[in-house]
Amino acid sequence: MKYQVQENCLTIYLPREVDHHNAEEMKREADAVIDRNHIKYVIFDFDRTDFMDSSGIGVIMGRYKTISLIGGEVWAVHANARIRKILTLSGVTKIMQIYEEDET
Amino acid sequence: MKNTNEMEIRFDSRSANEGFARVAVASFMTQLNPTVEEVADVKTAVSEAVTNAIIHGYENEIHKVCIRCRIDDNMFTVEVSDTGKGIENIEEAMRPMYTTKPEQDRSGMGFAFMEAFMDSVEVESEPGKGTKVRMKKTVGKGREIWTTQSL
Repeated sequence: MKYQVQENCLTIYLPREVDHHNAEEMKREADAVIDRNHIKYVIFDFDRTDFMDSSGIGVIMGRYKTISLIGGEVWAVHANARIRKILTLSGVTKIMQIYEEDET
Repeated sequence: MKNTNEMEIRFDSRSANEGFARVAVASFMTQLNPTVEEVADVKTAVSEAVTNAIIHGYENEIHKVCIRCRIDDNMFTVEVSDTGKGIENIEEAMRPMYTTKPEQDRSGMGFAFMEAFMDSVEVESEPGKGTKVRMKKTVGKGREIWTTQSL
């Protein structure tokens, strides 16, 4: 899993495809990093991602459960139209902010 | 004359094969000249069904998952079946947000996604015998209008 920690903020750079196969490893690693660094904000960066199924939704919901206990937030950035559709359809947008960048 | 075609694949229920399964189905589907959106819809639905077979049907034991695809003109049918533990209550299993494995961070959205992205989803299951998910989608609906448009 590619990630970056800045103070209490964790950015996870998601792979090209997010499915059950790579979600498992991502969950384990993310939880370890969140625990070790007292993370309050988790940013999911979808820049490279063109496929995600409901396993990805599970990853987001699970991390939200952990950090919401300390008042944290989850964010999505660089989500393309397909990913946004998946996020909206699942209802996860109720707990997650989607950062919309300017159309350039 | 009806344009029909079929394919069948069987593979081990390893999570590493999930990517293979959806790419195989997607590439078989290309002969219908689908839109990017339609391919993405089918890939997501197949991924959900295969994941279900692996983690619920076989509970991560290694057995075979079978996928059958059929083309009937512009109707695309994909069946994902396992010979795993089966589903006790199909209606309950298909309810959005319902999951038997919340501790594994399963979202309970698998069947909801299949239903959202395919035209129809049918589930046949018998406890102890296995589960078969049959999904259908009409492909290339909007295409005719597009191709007949004059430039």
